[in-house]
Amino acid sequence: MRALILVGGFGTRLRPLTLSRPKPLVEFCNKALLLHQLEAAAGVSHVVLAVSYMSEALGAAMREQEQRLGIRISLSHEKEPLGTAGPLALARDLLAEGGEPFFVLNSDVICEFPFAALARFHRQHGGEGSLVVTRVEEPAKYGVVVSEADTGRICRFVEKPRVFVSNKINAGLYIFNPGILQRIQLRPTSIEKEIFPAMAQEGQLYAMELQGFWMDIGQPKDFLTGMCMYLQALRAQHPEKLHSGPGVVGNVLVDPSAKIGANCVIGPNVTIGAGVVVEDGVRIKRCTVLKGARIRSHSWLESCIVGWSCSVGQWVRMENVTVLGEDVIVNDELYLNGANVLPHKSIAESVPEPRIIM
Amino acid sequence: MPLKAVILIGGPQKGTRFRPLSFEVPKPLFPVAGVPMVQHHIEACAKVPGMKEILLMGFYQPHEALSRFLVSAQQEFKIPIRYLQEYAALGTGGGIYHFRDQILSGGAEAFFVLNADVCSEFPLQEMLEFRQQHGDAHSFVILGTTANRTQALNYGCIVANADTQEVLRHYVEKPSTFVSEIINCGIYLFTPAIFQHIGEVFQRNQQELVLEESSNGWQRAEVIRLEQDVFTALAGSGKLYVYKTDGFWSQIKSAGSAIYASRLYLNQYSKSHPERLAQNKPGGPIIRGNVYIHPTASIDSTAVLGPNVSIGEGVTVGAGVRVRESIVLHGASLHDHTCVLNTIVGWDSTIGRWARVEGTPSDPNPNDPYAKIDSETLFRDGRLTPSITILGCSVTIPAEVVILNSIVLPHKELSRSYKNQIIL
Repeated sequence: MRALILVGGFGTRLRPLTLSRPKPLVEFCNKALLLHQLEAAAGVSHVVLAVSYMSEALGAAMREQEQRLGIRISLSHEKEPLGTAGPLALARDLLAEGGEPFFVLNSDVICEFPFAALARFHRQHGGEGSLVVTRVEEPAKYGVVVSEADTGRICRFVEKPRVFVSNKINAGLYIFNPGILQRIQLRPTSIEKEIFPAMAQEGQLYAMELQGFWMDIGQPKDFLTGMCMYLQALRAQHPEKLHSGPGVVGNVLVDPSAKIGANCVIGPNVTIGAGVVVEDGVRIKRCTVLKGARIRSHSWLESCIVGWSCSVGQWVRMENVTVLGEDVIVNDELYLNGANVLPHKSIAESVPEPRIIM
Repeated sequence: MPLKAVILIGGPQKGTRFRPLSFEVPKPLFPVAGVPMVQHHIEACAKVPGMKEILLMGFYQPHEALSRFLVSAQQEFKIPIRYLQEYAALGTGGGIYHFRDQILSGGAEAFFVLNADVCSEFPLQEMLEFRQQHGDAHSFVILGTTANRTQALNYGCIVANADTQEVLRHYVEKPSTFVSEIINCGIYLFTPAIFQHIGEVFQRNQQELVLEESSNGWQRAEVIRLEQDVFTALAGSGKLYVYKTDGFWSQIKSAGSAIYASRLYLNQYSKSHPERLAQNKPGGPIIRGNVYIHPTASIDSTAVLGPNVSIGEGVTVGAGVRVRESIVLHGASLHDHTCVLNTIVGWDSTIGRWARVEGTPSDPNPNDPYAKIDSETLFRDGRLTPSITILGCSVTIPAEVVILNSIVLPHKELSRSYKNQIIL
């Protein structure tokens, strides 16, 4: 089977991390985002990445993963952004080949990708398309999907409902018969707003409810929330992958090459990347520390993303979704509250209120 | 020559800008660079040859802490030290006038008057020598220093003859427009003749009060302010001189200025009291710059202190603690990994591990050699001005929170982070 991953543009919502590398290569829980999707796509032999920009790093990473996973990965390059449906038209030839159903997924989404179950569900109902839906607590913030309880057939979509009609939203993971390609032209098109309503009206679109967690991690705040969910799922399924020992609280993922000093308290919900050095007496909770960063002694971090090769000084306090881009240096004894720091900056003054440091 | 010194310590109604710290201890006893504020004055006075007695004057009720301090200071400096309690707030001139017999007893030929709420090098000997060189035996000397043009307006401004340093035409307290860059340091050298001048003001006050039918009950003839009532009249009479010092000087009005004053005194210790400055020693904490540590304090060897830190009696400082530009008062406890910056930590307060307690310094402009510390207002445009953080006594700060630019009144147990707030 084939899969199309909608990577899209520069991932501006996840800046400053995406200033240093393409979003699919940003590590989420110590694994590139793209790999979470590729590795879950069992039975998929050919993956097409729909990108609207070119990146050498992405090309190189794809070649490496082709070898490692033994699948084919191609790029479908949009000259202009084509929205969420246009890329299907652009990759028409690749997707239609073989006449089989194919998967489409949003690259910002993290969940326990139920590819096999979705394919089974799709075969069973025989319609043209299936989409995965997930329950949310506050449906009024989203566009919701109204479907028949027994069959899953979608009746309609309601954008930001003011009265309760459904608590299920589109999870950004689909499977379609090649026939859908006849509905889509090569121009900027929204699959959610232009293609799905027509399919639903014809009774060709079905919803499968997702089991387990789901998060759109396109923004730093949600990236951290998604990390908490992912680590919780890991606790349930592969507890041996989580770190344990003195000073470790709750779900903590630590790369084996990372070093953690004495008298630290790490967790809950912390991911520490490869080659990271955490010196003595550091307190970290609800953070992702990316590859090669160093956290100097007695610092305190909560709800932060520390970029690749950053250096966070002694007695630094960082909180409130502070995000450090690649190779940022934070001097000793500073306080960063919701700072968004672009790559290669050296911070010499506290940031007491949320702000972008150019 | 027999000399005396009077230190004006004010009373409990004064020093409100020093709250909440002045709730616990009279402001003159607040430790600056490890010793009570007025001990710096006493030490300077005791060093002057001929000093017979030091008198603290104010309107505090007899106070246990004050008495204890007087006893220990007498022993340490081997000089009689007494407290003279005014029956009411009599002003800087009224107090010394009321106690003039006490001041002159024993045949004092001259005496110093020092305000307690200043920190200075106290060039008292130099003031004496200056008087001998200039003027006659009965002249009075004000210690003056240079301020910048805008800040001078907050002080008593002195216009002096450039050659003789005689206070010429003018002495104005806190003028509204620029008068002079030379300001009054609140440290004076008088001869007994000053009492004639104060007496004249007293007589005039009495007459005026009799004339005024609608005499308010609270207005007293005895309330006399040296600066406004006496110096202004003496200016241009050939009796008042200013001795200008280039040594350090600052007012200690607000708690924020106590940290600045501590820095000035700690800096002086490297010359005057090197034994009071902590050194880097094997097994001891890491010391950066000037730090005072009371011998009874227990400091973990991994703590990093300084510059400008004073650690009081019985304080406990845990592993990996960082303290900079702060005063930690006796009995306080800083748990592991805490970070304390620009803060006064009150007596017996506790800071939980990984907590950060931080204030904003109100230091004078470092690029202006004549800049003074601004007597900052608590509020500006309805918002608390960022200033040093003050924890009153017995305040408990939980682990891992941040307390920023806040004032915490005594005996509070906080449960979360606070920023830019007064916590009642």
